Amino acid sequence: MALSGIQIYKLLPKTNCKECGFPTCLAFAMKLAAKQVELSACPYVSEESKKQLAESSQPPIRLISVKAGGYEIKAGNETVLFRHEKTFFNRPGIFVKVKASEGEEAIKARVGVADAFKVNYVGIDLNVDGFAVEADGGDFAGAVKAVRSATKRPLILVGKDPAALGAGLGVLSSSSLPSSGQAIAGQAESALLYAADSTNWEAMTELAKQHHASLAVSAESLDALADLTEKAKGKGLEDIVLDLKAAGLGPRLALSTQARRLALKSNFRPLGYPIITFVEGGDGRDTIAAAQAIAKYAGFIVLDRFAPELVYPLLVLRQNIYTDPQKPIQVQPAIYEINNPKPESPVLVTTNFSITYFSVANEVEGSGLPAWLVVCDAEGMSVLTAWAAGKFDAERIAKTIKGFNVADKVSKKRVVIPGHVAVLSGELEAELPDWEIRVGPREAVDIPAFMKQALN
Amino acid sequence: MPIEIPKDKWPGKIRTVTLGATAAEGGTRAKTITVGGEATLPFMHFETPTPNRPVIAIEIKDHKPDDWSPLLAEVWGEAMNDPAAWAKSAEAAGADLIVLALNVNGLDGKPTTPEAAVAAVKAVLGATGLPLIVFGPGQAELDNELLVPVSEATKGERLALGICEDKNYRTIVATAMANGHLVTARTPMDVNLSKQLNILISDMGMPGDRIIMDPTTGALGYGIEYGYSVMERLRMAALQGDAMTQSPMIVTPGFEAWKTKEAKVGQGVPESWGDWKERAINWETLTTVALLESGAAIVVLRHPESVKRVRAAIEELMTV
Repeated sequence: MALSGIQIYKLLPKTNCKECGFPTCLAFAMKLAAKQVELSACPYVSEESKKQLAESSQPPIRLISVKAGGYEIKAGNETVLFRHEKTFFNRPGIFVKVKASEGEEAIKARVGVADAFKVNYVGIDLNVDGFAVEADGGDFAGAVKAVRSATKRPLILVGKDPAALGAGLGVLSSSSLPSSGQAIAGQAESALLYAADSTNWEAMTELAKQHHASLAVSAESLDALADLTEKAKGKGLEDIVLDLKAAGLGPRLALSTQARRLALKSNFRPLGYPIITFVEGGDGRDTIAAAQAIAKYAGFIVLDRFAPELVYPLLVLRQNIYTDPQKPIQVQPAIYEINNPKPESPVLVTTNFSITYFSVANEVEGSGLPAWLVVCDAEGMSVLTAWAAGKFDAERIAKTIKGFNVADKVSKKRVVIPGHVAVLSGELEAELPDWEIRVGPREAVDIPAFMKQALN
Repeated sequence: MPIEIPKDKWPGKIRTVTLGATAAEGGTRAKTITVGGEATLPFMHFETPTPNRPVIAIEIKDHKPDDWSPLLAEVWGEAMNDPAAWAKSAEAAGADLIVLALNVNGLDGKPTTPEAAVAAVKAVLGATGLPLIVFGPGQAELDNELLVPVSEATKGERLALGICEDKNYRTIVATAMANGHLVTARTPMDVNLSKQLNILISDMGMPGDRIIMDPTTGALGYGIEYGYSVMERLRMAALQGDAMTQSPMIVTPGFEAWKTKEAKVGQGVPESWGDWKERAINWETLTTVALLESGAAIVVLRHPESVKRVRAAIEELMTV
């Protein structure tokens, strides 16, 4: 856990020599706490203090990265329990599992479809992050080869038998070697092995080290889990992922919360790793379990099936939960054409806060009536907030209308402004003298009725 | 290695609120529903047991709405033409309680009349023994015009009446107080506004155990993160002892989710959205589950399949 300025100060020489460039050791300590300077600026700090400070600067939840083919899925490095406290940083990787017993052709087909999946949400393309391959008998190396032939994305190898997983890893290392036969560090594939338990941990730890893989560690209780991560760490393995054995949503929520609290609040290193969650079950149970995992602290989520109608809402939820509360999602300022507008169709104006945009666009679209929706750059604020902050005024609206040459697209120069900024209509008439300014409803939900009644 | 699990100790807790009144209590409900009472963040049973599980309300209308998704029209079928039949179907689908949301207009296209609203409410009360929440159409004047006679005609039933908003709460609160009902207080996704409306309503003399907060939410993909975080913050404020944020929360993920294009329509959407029905159900259930985990006590849903799935999720979440 990060030390406070005062705690850091106690580790410094306290001589106020000023050689670091700051007037006092305390001032330097404050800068260190704020991560604005490096400790190396102090020439006199003791080795012992250096060690303690280095320890404390370790993130409370280790960053784990699973890589392949130019893709990198990162988990960990989180600093808060609740997104409103700051933000969640590394979106949990969403992996789709296949089993070796399915056979190579079926595996290739399933992986191929999921690998190619792409869905657009607020202008961002979202996709599945990788695949898990389960060694459930049969030719595991062949199965891994089949998966690798259908995707370049990172992999999780699932099984209890180190020999089988080793065979699978063998396929990966050789396939990721460039023709010269020498692996280049930056291009090397780094998989995640699942999982080590009390029976196989030594062999699994060796395997993970040998292949520069991360290792998931699995135990029945947090106590046992902490013991096992310490043992693996004792053998020199750093990149560890936690597998919490929990039956159902309630127990999983409790355990995930406890692990996160221990890492963040108690600075408890043996559980300072990201969590992996496997979800399964029909009637939407897998979807709901994955949704909980997204909101509550998973770093890797493994689905045992792929379907667009399952993955799309999960990817959107992940996007929402991991949005920085300080930085609202914005849409591109532009003229959006809704329901194929014609020159005589109405012009509606709103701001570029994504939720404002989607509320308005959704209602207009739902009404079935064509319209030109002009989105102004209001720095990602909603209508009222932007108006109050001076980011959505007559001048900006007029500039946007002119900037996008809206007049060239329409035959009727009539623009509808949101009801919440009715007060702008006078100024806007002055800014846009050839235009008729109309005041629309305050709420997006009333737009269809307004368009049907007032604009015809 | 024995680990000491960090446990939060909170000075405050969520207020307990009971909806509905049985014959012995002056109403006609077959059973009542009690929510609230938690002294921890949602489902942290290892700190303090959760006294009441979250409950599921199904939203019905006084007559078939013309803007609901065809998927909903298909699943409720004929029942949508009769609020009594719809309420019965909702009970059969597993609702803990019913939300009757009055339409703005009657079938004749004219504003809903107080007589029609009272008749619909009475029909629903006659058809089901579940507790009932009645929402006005959401237009201040009309809400008041309809809810006052509804409130008077159902004296003692302990209905929850909504929607109280900062610009329109006095009339609804007054009639609810006079007739032994509860109110739902809706504010647009803001901790301070929730608190403020709660203060205004409390200042009128409404007891705290008859106020339910509706912090509003967005659907998955349409602002859920705002509602989600506001609810987490409200829950924390309540646990820290702020009496004006301690009301149990009601949210309407059904209404929000079924407004979205993802749930509402099946044609003219990207192929990557997948199967329409399953996507729509996922949209409603994922919105709901996220809100349950951030502190909702009453979730208002629309599709019976979502009700089934959310009920199963609540069972799991209540398991220690």
